[in-house]
Amino acid sequence: MQKEAPTGRSAHDPVLTVKDVSYYYGPKQALHDVSFEVYPGKVTALLGPNGAGKTTLFSLITRLFDAPTGRIEICGKSPSEWGAKALGPLGVVFQQPTLDLDLTVKQNLRYFAALRGLPRKEADERMDAALDALDMKERIGERVRALNGGHRRRVEIARSILHSPKLLLLDEPTVGLDVPTRTAIVRHIHELARKDKIGVLWATHLFDEIEPGDDLLVLNRGRIVARGETKDVVAETGAKDLGGAFQLLIGGDTGEDIAA
Amino acid sequence: MNLMHLTRAFNGIVWRELLRFLQQRERFFAALVRPLIWLIIFAAGFRAALGIAIIPPYQTYITYDVYITPGLLAMIQLFNGMQSSLSMVYDREMGSMRVLLTTPLPRWFLLMARLFAGVIVSLFQVYTFLLVAYFFGVELPPLGYLTAIPALILTGMLFGALGMLLSSTIKQLENFAGIMNFVIFPMFFASSALYPLWKMKEGSLWLYYICLYNPFTWAVELIRFAFYLEVNWTALAVVVGCLAVFLGLSFWAYDPSFGIQQRKVGGPAPAAA
Repeated sequence: MQKEAPTGRSAHDPVLTVKDVSYYYGPKQALHDVSFEVYPGKVTALLGPNGAGKTTLFSLITRLFDAPTGRIEICGKSPSEWGAKALGPLGVVFQQPTLDLDLTVKQNLRYFAALRGLPRKEADERMDAALDALDMKERIGERVRALNGGHRRRVEIARSILHSPKLLLLDEPTVGLDVPTRTAIVRHIHELARKDKIGVLWATHLFDEIEPGDDLLVLNRGRIVARGETKDVVAETGAKDLGGAFQLLIGGDTGEDIAA
Repeated sequence: MNLMHLTRAFNGIVWRELLRFLQQRERFFAALVRPLIWLIIFAAGFRAALGIAIIPPYQTYITYDVYITPGLLAMIQLFNGMQSSLSMVYDREMGSMRVLLTTPLPRWFLLMARLFAGVIVSLFQVYTFLLVAYFFGVELPPLGYLTAIPALILTGMLFGALGMLLSSTIKQLENFAGIMNFVIFPMFFASSALYPLWKMKEGSLWLYYICLYNPFTWAVELIRFAFYLEVNWTALAVVVGCLAVFLGLSFWAYDPSFGIQQRKVGGPAPAAA
């Protein structure tokens, strides 16, 4: 039986709380007592090399896997206790593309809007606004199969914000995209966070996607090795820039996976 | 989440499946051609070689093509159930299953909506086949076309639930063809779809028992009796019972806390850790 929504949350309370979460694949520990928060209106960059545990963490937050130890709360509700209901305020862009290639952009977005319970008229209005903001409105009638990688990503971002989420999870959404597209997406997400007070957790291994004022989490081998505002984390390590700080923090662990 | 949300989500899932079905014309034609080959070629040959005695629900001698029609309808639904399951494996591989599973709706509801969408598609295929079969001389009681609908919904759900359960155990799309052959053909041939059970018993006792315990047999009989405005209670009980088992196992398999998906990936610290 699912519970009713908690009340009395303030606008400054974290939209995501992860506390002491561990996870194992057989005998291999993928996450070690991971704890952090994501706040409304802030972009929190989750930086880590390949295999650091970013995607596992996302799978736990989105309830694709159940978190057996520790606690995860989305806007005060734990998916383990509240079930799927806890995922209401959540928008997600997965690392793997998730659009239906044989449907048009509009059909994909309408399908998602229906899953989120949006009325058709409202869904169409929000769809137009979201696609317009991402310069994709004129492609609305095209099949996704006909779009390039960058445009597909934009559609996925438009889809993820259609239901006005309070927490947006982005799992390396710009992988494989050209620099202008990446820049546009990074700018748009930061604007969204500021304007709509969305808390964003952005998994990446690209330093130039992180702004100095963003919160930063550095994940290495399943452990959080640094957390705080990006400029503070860089200053604390004594490095010249984020790239240098990162290398110091992970001890040159798998630096070849990281790109400037 | 409220009733309106559930209704919109349900409609959305059904609408998407119908859109996909309409776009896959080859799938529609394959679904029609397969049973038509059985009806036109196989049944025509066997019509002369095989007489069907008067057995319930028939009250007179019938031709062989009339006899195998319920079995062919069940075959259409079985193929459709496997196709839906293939579509779920495809969605999982392509990632779109994640969109479904991360919505704030219970997993059982999402799976049921997918199941109903598959049933609607299968009914469309079944009645198109019946229309074509009518022009080839297969005439069933006129009211039977209506009274068979509840039976066809149940059997469609049965095969959809079986497909859903299989989809939870199949890791890769490439493995699917083998599973389909392993499931569809034995289920179809070892049943009362092509021959009545009493005839099977005359030929081979052990084969008769295999057919008797095959849920497909009872799905065929449920449809057969429904077309003649009768309820085969044993068939109804077997179909509903198997449906409950397949559905229960599917819900369990897709549950993030307990199911196969969870066990495949990981979990809490192992005892020794």
